[in-house]
Order: sequence, then structure tokens, then C-alpha cells
Amino acid sequence: MTNSIAELEDAPVILLVGSNTAVSHPVIALRIKKAVRRGAKLIVVDPRRTEMTDLATLWLRLQVGTDIALMNALAQVIIQEDLHDREFIAQAVDGFDEFARSVQEYTPEHAAAITGVSAADIRAAARLYASAPKAAIVYCLGVTEHACGTHNVLSITNLAILTGNLGVEAGGVNPLRGQNNVQGAGDMGALPNVLPGYQKIVDPAVREKFERAWGVSLPAQPGLNKNDLFRGVLEGKVRGLYVHGYNVVRSDANANYSKEVLKNVEFLVVQDIFPNETTEYAHVVLPAAAWGETEGTYTNSERRVQRVRRAVEPPGEAKQDWEIFQEIARRLGRDFGWRSSEDIWNELRSLAPTMAGISYQRIEETGLQWPCPDENHPGSRFLHAAMHEGRQRGRLTMVEHQPPMEQPDEDYPLLLTTGRRLYHYHTATQTRRSRGIEQILGREQVDVSPRDAAALGLADGEWVRLSSRRGEVECAARVTDDVPTGTVFLTFHFAEVLTNDLTNDAEDPLAGTAEFKACAVRLDKLGRKAAGGMT
Amino acid sequence: MLEVTINGRTYWVSEGKTILQAAGEVGVDIPALCADDRLEPFGACRLCLVEVVGAPKPVVTACTTPVAPGMVIETETQRVVELRRGVLELLLSNHPNDCMLCEQAGHCILQDLAYRYQVRRNAYPGERRPALPEDPNPFIAFDNEKCILCGRCVRTCDEVQGVGAIDFLGRGFGTTVGTGYPGGLEESPCEFCGQCVAACPTGALTDKKSRGLGRVHEVRRVKTTCGYCGTGCTMYLRVKDHRIVGVDPDFASPVTGGALCVKGRYGYDYVHSPDRLTRPLIRRHGTLEPASWEEAYAYVAENLRRIREESGPDALGAITSSRATNEDNYAIQKLFRVPIGTHNVDNCART
Repeated sequence: MTNSIAELEDAPVILLVGSNTAVSHPVIALRIKKAVRRGAKLIVVDPRRTEMTDLATLWLRLQVGTDIALMNALAQVIIQEDLHDREFIAQAVDGFDEFARSVQEYTPEHAAAITGVSAADIRAAARLYASAPKAAIVYCLGVTEHACGTHNVLSITNLAILTGNLGVEAGGVNPLRGQNNVQGAGDMGALPNVLPGYQKIVDPAVREKFERAWGVSLPAQPGLNKNDLFRGVLEGKVRGLYVHGYNVVRSDANANYSKEVLKNVEFLVVQDIFPNETTEYAHVVLPAAAWGETEGTYTNSERRVQRVRRAVEPPGEAKQDWEIFQEIARRLGRDFGWRSSEDIWNELRSLAPTMAGISYQRIEETGLQWPCPDENHPGSRFLHAAMHEGRQRGRLTMVEHQPPMEQPDEDYPLLLTTGRRLYHYHTATQTRRSRGIEQILGREQVDVSPRDAAALGLADGEWVRLSSRRGEVECAARVTDDVPTGTVFLTFHFAEVLTNDLTNDAEDPLAGTAEFKACAVRLDKLGRKAAGGMT
Repeated sequence: MLEVTINGRTYWVSEGKTILQAAGEVGVDIPALCADDRLEPFGACRLCLVEVVGAPKPVVTACTTPVAPGMVIETETQRVVELRRGVLELLLSNHPNDCMLCEQAGHCILQDLAYRYQVRRNAYPGERRPALPEDPNPFIAFDNEKCILCGRCVRTCDEVQGVGAIDFLGRGFGTTVGTGYPGGLEESPCEFCGQCVAACPTGALTDKKSRGLGRVHEVRRVKTTCGYCGTGCTMYLRVKDHRIVGVDPDFASPVTGGALCVKGRYGYDYVHSPDRLTRPLIRRHGTLEPASWEEAYAYVAENLRRIREESGPDALGAITSSRATNEDNYAIQKLFRVPIGTHNVDNCART
């Protein structure tokens, strides 16, 4: 997030894109609800009806996978009606003329034909967003989990740049992170192209700094990302994989492909807290300490580094991850010399200038937000203020609408989109083992629109088989107008319904993220089944 | 800032505050049951009555009266103390006096105030509310006999959570709090965030999962950060006998403002599941068999070394966990970059 969670309460206009916040980030949703209660206008872009669309001043119910057309049309209206921030653009933005020309063809009428959102609503949304003294954009995986995910993000960011909403309090562009430490894993350099603190491997000065600190010679070129590693396995180039706290088989799109990769890797180490579909392929399984048993820090969506503490001992012989990694390193001839998680953090902050000022002592009670370059720095609530002071520049980037890789056709006439429900988390290995949650929500249901249900002669609660080009699952249907006609919805919480057997692993060429949010499926009615028999 | 006198001492306090908030700022404790900083003032419990010297009607509720410059406030005069005793006697006359078994004993404002003002229960013997049957939901217990109708739960559900699953039901002596739906909380819009439980000043609302597992003086509270989504809600774990027995919100958190969701508040006990991996396992003849750490470390190191020597460091790769700590992620990327010598490190957030 460029800005802070608490600031959302003060935003006069919030543009929320592809985020069922009340379900996926319930405590952030409270800030948005409070803003609305105080009179803020909320524009929600979502194909599904959610608690958030019920709160919206304007709900732009676009077809799945048409975000770019919509965002470009918003930009077109903003420029056409002279609602852009000329002063900010003159001072800090490159590429305006070219961008303005390129969105010309995305008139509201043209975008309405692609997205299904009326031209009048597009105009109203553009005026609402661009006329506000400041406005926040919040987005989530509905934007990024597409084969054009990076372009979706760019098309959204263009709006904030056009209107000068970057570098202002209660404004900005705010991706909500799906997992507790997505932000931190990247910050720590668990990426193939950067070292800790997003310092580029290709920069010789960066490499030299790390080489001196670590006493090693580092390769000058980036490594392979997850998708390339998997391809490398099937090509015979990658022979060993270490999978750390990640249920590949259940979490990744196109599970059959994941299984094929794991079957073929010569040496697979899996380190996790529970046995799961991925440990079944492992040559070695290492038992890790879980949340509640570990010491350290997580970094949340707003870049706030917060303490995590050991409340109970890990069970049996399970150990905290870093202790295991350090022992393996020792057996490969390197002693990292860490005696505590704080030792590791201190090494990190000596090498990553953006986090240098964050010590365990300073975050004993309350976390700090990076950038925080020194121990007197209060941390950064929002980023890019320098753009308003002529010290930083941004660029408008033209992107073109690209439909989902798989379109409904005669064989697979419906579009499946996926997400979460409030009571479960991801593959539900934690929530289904927490007493009581199963009582509230214990099984998967596929959401089917009333019109699609009628076409299939399907009644609420009847079972269906969902098939895609990659696999099939069976589950009960929930007939609801939460989903638009032509679209069905599943989560990936339940082992009984392996949603990622269906999803499309077509990936974004820039980010490598798969198209979890759109694939073509067919529904076949199976009729009634005994409730106890299937779930 | 403005100047006020409280109990004979002069203080500078912030403008735009109520007497209750201003007194709290300077460390003067005015008793209150229905007041909650996150909620609009309500003025229901009448315990925060104070005297404003020289005012035409000197006895006012501190939670609804704004401070004014030069105000002279007395918080413990005989008159207000008698009024408070009267309120407490009435509350206790309709209270089961169940502190022995009550989950909230030691963490109950009603109990603290009864002690502070030395009020016993028997001032008004007579009819008591009958107990309602327990709501079948798995998380939230409501004991209507202990409810003092302060409305903090009702107002939190509405004003903070924006859900409004519960409200006052009935009238007069028969008033209670509920959903109005026949099936209880599970059939209502309730999202089981537990914020009503956190707001309750007595033992009326408690966590069912924590029942009997340890009261406030028996548990250790450990501050940590939730391990589910990327919001980063800080929280306190209640720990007793090496088990996490409950979760409390962190009202000082700049992230949450004191809120949690159902997963953060009630999704903690998977940690103690019997399914946990507790020993290293090595595949031998096709099946995973228990091994010692020494064997596992040696086996992993030997295979990593062998592949590295045969095919180079780039024949190895790691996919790290965006559920694990920063320190764990730093450690694995260093393992792969330093002794192994490859940048083939990615985290699972790409998918």
C-alpha cells in the first residue's frame, strides 16, 4: 500500500477494485465502512455482489476480466472532461500526451460494450473519483490474478497519477496483501531478481555490498522464479526443490500440472506444519514451528513491521524455520552465527537501508512502517510525497484491454471465478482444524446465477459436476444473484472440491501470476445427493 | 487545551472532549459501564455521575457532558457516591452473583465497582430475570442474567462492525439483547468477529471456546500479530499450561483500532491439532518414515551438495513461505544464495 490502513477512514472517495474486503480483509473493511458512515463515496468494481457492493454509491458490475477497458474509459472521461490534475502532471508525470491519445478510443460507449457497465455509470464514476479533493484506490487479487494482472494494475495506477492522488494522505494506490507476510517475504529478498530490501542483483555496487557482508561471490544474473523452476524440472534442468510452507498442489492453478512437476523432481524437501497434498511427493519432510510458536516479525500490507512472539513451544521435535535453514547451511560449510531471530533482523537491517531504522526495541509495542532509514525516523505512513515537491517523477503507461485467456465456448459455456469466504483461509488447513468454524461453514458450494440455474433445470442445493479443460469436481450448487449470469464462483478452501484442478495456469508474462479469476467451465446437473455422503 | 479543576486540582485537558474522556486523560478514574471510546456517548448506566460545582443542575453524566473552560468537577462527593451505590444495588439485585464460576471474574467492571463501593447484592430482594437457553453457535456465549443492558455489544455491532446483528429486544423488566431471529446468532447476519465479547463490561458475553480453560489471573498474555491475511492485526494470546486458550484484541493497535475478525479471534487452536508434523520424515522404499534431526540434516545437505556438484547451483531452487516470518524468509534466501550459490529463490505469493 502506498498509504496506511487507518487513513482510509478519512478518504472522501474510495475506488475499490476486485476486493471483497469484508470477507478477505475484514478489519480493513471496517475502515471503509466507517468512511462510508461519515459520508465518503464508495465506488466498487466487482462482477460479484458482496457486502462491499451493498455499501457502494456506485457499483460497476463489470464482466470478469475487463478491468483495463473500464479503467481506460475512466481515464478517457477524466481527460475529456478536463478533470485531470494539470499542475501535478506538468511537475511530476511523463508520457501524458501519448497516454491521452491512446485512451481516446476507450469512450464510455466502447467500454460499455466490453465491460457491460453502462456508459452513464462510467462517466459518473470518473467524475466522482476525479473531482474529489483526494481519493484512495484499494485493490486486491481480483485485479492481479489474471494473465493481464500487471497491466490491470498499471491501468488502475494511471488514474491516481492523472488526478494527482499519489503522495497524498488518504489517497494513493493500495493493494491489499492476501497473506500475513507476502510483503515481508518480498522485502527479505525471497525473490529471484532482488536481494533483501529490493536491491537489484544486476547492480554491481549492490552485489559488492552483499558479497562483502556474506563473504561469498554472488551470481551477477537473476535466478529463476517459481514458474521457471517448475518448467526447469520438466526440462530436466532443475533437480532439487525446497518447498517452504506452501501447499503447491492445492494452492496453484492447474493442480495436475503441479503434481506432474512434483512427481518429476529428483529431490524434494517440504518443510511445513501439517502433512498435506504436497508432502505426499516429498523425499524429506521437516516439521516446522507454527504461528504462536515462532519469534520474529511480519510486515503487513501497509509496510508495517510488527513483532510475532512465541507463546507456546512447538510440538514434538518441530523447530522454527530459520533454525533448520541455519543447520543445513552449517552442514554445507557456512556458519551464519545467529542465536536469535533478532540477530537475523539486525543483519537484515544492516544491509537494507529502507529498514535500517527499525529495531526490535523500537517495535516492542507498536510496529513501524518502512521506509525508515535511521533510528530517529518515525517511519512512513504514505509514499511518493516527493512527487508533489518536484523530487520524484511518475509515468502514465498505456495498456490495452486483453480478454481472459480462456473464453466461454460451446463446450465450456460458463466462466469460473474464484475467491474466499469469511470463515476459511486458503486451503483451510488451519481454519478447518480450529474448533467451531466447521459448524458455521463446513462445505463448498458453487454459486450459480438464477438464470444459469434455470437453463440447467438446477434447484438450490442440487449437485453439479464442474468440468474445465484441465479437470472436474463435484459439489452442491447455491443459486444466488451474487454472481452475474454466465459466471460461477468457487473457493479453494475445501479438499473435497479441488477447485484448482479446474483453474487455468496461463500466467501473466510480467508477474508470473496465474489466471485464477477466469477459466471456462461446463456444469452438468447431478441431482440430489445425501448430505452426509459427499462432504 | 483548556483549564479545568477536578477534585481540587487544576489540569489542562484537550478541547472537544467529554468530562469522562478529559478525566481519563489526566488519570482521574470515573467509573463507567456503558462508555467505550470507539462508540458514540450513550448515557445509559448512570455510574459516571459527577458534580459540576455551580451548575444549575450540578449532577451530570460525565460521558455525555462536554468539558468547558474553568469547569470545577467533583467525582467522588458523598452525593454521587450514594447515587452510584444505588445504581449498583439495582444492577446486582438482578444479577446471579456467580463470580465463583464466572469466566470474567477478575476482569469485570461490575465486580470491580461492587468492590470499590462495597455494595452487596441483597438490597432489593425480589424477582430476577429467568435464564434464557444457550445460543447454539460455537463461539459466543450470552448469559442474559449477567447483562446490565449497557448496550456496548449492540452499539459495537452496529457502529464498529457495521453489521447490526443484535439489538435490544422486549421492554421494561423483560428487556434483553438478541438477534430477533429464531435460530440465534448463526441464523443472523452475525460474522462472529467477537467484538461484542471484547466490549462487554461484565460476564454476560464470553468466548465459549475458552470456557473453563483459565481466567485472567491464571493466564499469561502474549502480544503477537495475526498469521492469516495481510492486514496485520495485533492481538494478545491467552496462554495457560502451554496452550493458547483464547485471543484478546489490541485496543492500542494503529492497524485495527481494537478489532479482529472471526479467523483472528477464534481460528487459533489448529496450532494444537494432533495432526501436526512433529518429527522429520525421510522417504525410504517409497514411504515417509520418522528420522532424527541429525539424519534429516545430513540427508538434505548430502543431496543438495550432490546435485550442486553434478549440475551446478542453478539446478536447485527454493520456494519460500509468505506465511512465515521475515527472519525465516531471510534465512532461506541466504541458505540458497550463500552456501548453495543460486538466486533461484521465490516466494509463494506469485500464486
